[in-house]
Amino acid sequence: MVTSRVVDAVVSLLLLAFAALLAFDNWRTGMSWDSTGPQAGYFPFYLSIILGAACVYGLAKEFIARNQAGGVFVTQEQFGRVLQVFFPTLAFCLLTQWLGLYVASFLLVAGFMVYIGRIAIWKSLLTALLFVLAMFVTFDIAFDVIMPKGPLEALLGR
Amino acid sequence: MEALGLLLYGFKVLMTWKILALMMVGLVLGIFVGVLPGLGGPNGVAILLPLTFTMDPTSAIVMLSCIYWGALFGGAITSILFNIPGEAWSVATTFDGYPMAQQGKAAEALTAAFTSSFIGSLVAVLLITFLAPGIASFALRFGPPEFFAVYFLTFCSFVGLGREEKHKTIISMTLGLLLAGVGMDTVSGQLRMTFGFNELLRGINFLVAVIGLFGISEILLTMEERLALRGHAAGISLRVVLKVWKEMPRYWMTLLRSAAIGCWLGITPGGAIAASFMSYNLAKRFSKDKESFGKGRIEGVFAPETAAHASGTSALLPMLALGIPGSGTAAILLGGLMVWGLNPGPLLFVEHKGFVWGLIASMYLGNVVGLILVLTTVPLFAAVLRVPFSAIAPMIVVSCAIGAFAIQNAMFDIWLMLVFGVVGYVFKKIGIPLAPFTLALVLGNRAEDSFRLSMIGAGGDMRVFWSNGLVGSITTLAVILLFWPLISSAIVAVRSVLRPGAKVRVE
Repeated sequence: MVTSRVVDAVVSLLLLAFAALLAFDNWRTGMSWDSTGPQAGYFPFYLSIILGAACVYGLAKEFIARNQAGGVFVTQEQFGRVLQVFFPTLAFCLLTQWLGLYVASFLLVAGFMVYIGRIAIWKSLLTALLFVLAMFVTFDIAFDVIMPKGPLEALLGR
Repeated sequence: MEALGLLLYGFKVLMTWKILALMMVGLVLGIFVGVLPGLGGPNGVAILLPLTFTMDPTSAIVMLSCIYWGALFGGAITSILFNIPGEAWSVATTFDGYPMAQQGKAAEALTAAFTSSFIGSLVAVLLITFLAPGIASFALRFGPPEFFAVYFLTFCSFVGLGREEKHKTIISMTLGLLLAGVGMDTVSGQLRMTFGFNELLRGINFLVAVIGLFGISEILLTMEERLALRGHAAGISLRVVLKVWKEMPRYWMTLLRSAAIGCWLGITPGGAIAASFMSYNLAKRFSKDKESFGKGRIEGVFAPETAAHASGTSALLPMLALGIPGSGTAAILLGGLMVWGLNPGPLLFVEHKGFVWGLIASMYLGNVVGLILVLTTVPLFAAVLRVPFSAIAPMIVVSCAIGAFAIQNAMFDIWLMLVFGVVGYVFKKIGIPLAPFTLALVLGNRAEDSFRLSMIGAGGDMRVFWSNGLVGSITTLAVILLFWPLISSAIVAVRSVLRPGAKVRVE
């Protein structure tokens, strides 16, 4: 069982590592004062120190309270539902790179409705098609905002 | 009455068919955004921002601010009919709004909510009209030290006055400031924190972060909680509207008090949520019939809605006059200003009169049109919520991706959005507030620039922040606010030592 306290501590540790990394990088850039004031790394260096200190404080606090009961971060069932939307989103981002945004959107909307919403196939396909067409007309044609495109759009000459 | 003349000029700027049409589009989109679960003011505005990239700044800001007004109106619909607050500051509206809907008085509750929202924002717009030009011309005398002091004050007030755990606010804020610093350093031209990645040269775009933090993470959260949407049907008839309006003058004190609280807290950053709760509690405290609150009392809808809209609107005052946003959405509008090539700050009032006064005039017009629009089309928008979430969720994901990509035409930003989505989800669950992060990310570079410019000007002498009365008092106030929790507990401790046995109330 993962409690909020454990997640809190893990996040603090990750942020602490991140702060150390940034502090090192800024120390390399230069974090002292020269004749005109602070160098480029000055601000970020001390910010990473503050970030690190706040993380240590949070860690200590969680450690002291470690024996008290904490809330559950997420139940298994809830986590399953979160993944149900996270993985399709991840797949959508990947597909956008190869197939272009519009085709990927069509697949995401239709797939999500069919497999997760259990909505009739023809309804899902129709909704996805109408949505993608509406997006294409709004962004590509009406407002001239260009999205990543793939082989299908090339075939249609857009 | 110079302001009135300028306001008339602003209306003249607005009165073209194109801008009026964009206004309607913005309002309708905004109500949609406000009604849909998983979307709200800030991410709605961020996602729709790309639509405005090819417009001129005035049309763009009018449309975006109308999306904002629409979202504010839309949030009330879900709070009352479905008991789901669209925004954190609509939470207080559900206390009495939803019971009213359960009793079959949904139409009354909605009319009360919309009308009081309208009154709240009207008061705030009046405040902006007459106060903002003065503040801006005062701020024209600000140099880098003064600006840094004001930024510093903004950051400190978040830490000192926020209700979250202090170290979490600090984590959120320093993280935002650090990420704002990624990329090319604007003063020396050196690269920082890029670790050799070419994509990071541009820096981390504020809007991409917002879309991920609020949009994607909200979808994950909504999915986790699996909202069961069971709403009440509603249609508003003219008879009900007139009845509520007739009742309204009786509650003038509540309305006025709530509007004042809203305006005050809206100007200080992050105040909208506090404003709605505070005015609800005050309305309850001053009421003769305290017991009836929470069971469907119309006053319990008036108070939080007036305050929420007053603070949502007055959050634009520091943004326009000083370039410091008072709320998350105002921060995004500020990001928009930079995209359109305007430099936020007091100079706007001098260099871009048409833009500023067009925006202020659109606040009046947008709220009137918005009020009429929501009163007449509530059933339509309530029906949106009956669409299954499994159809809406992927569409929101796609809209987020479009928004993230369009800002810099970079695929990298879509990935960044996804990362921020996960970060936002985890942060929300462990109670790290996102508002300080957003504010720090948008103000980070400006704060650092003004600090370093003042250092260059003063030859590296820190005493420049106390060099005159103005900058000195702002800096001192900021330091006091930063340590306010410590100071107030010290005061309590001293008092209890001086008067042993006396009961001391801690805030």
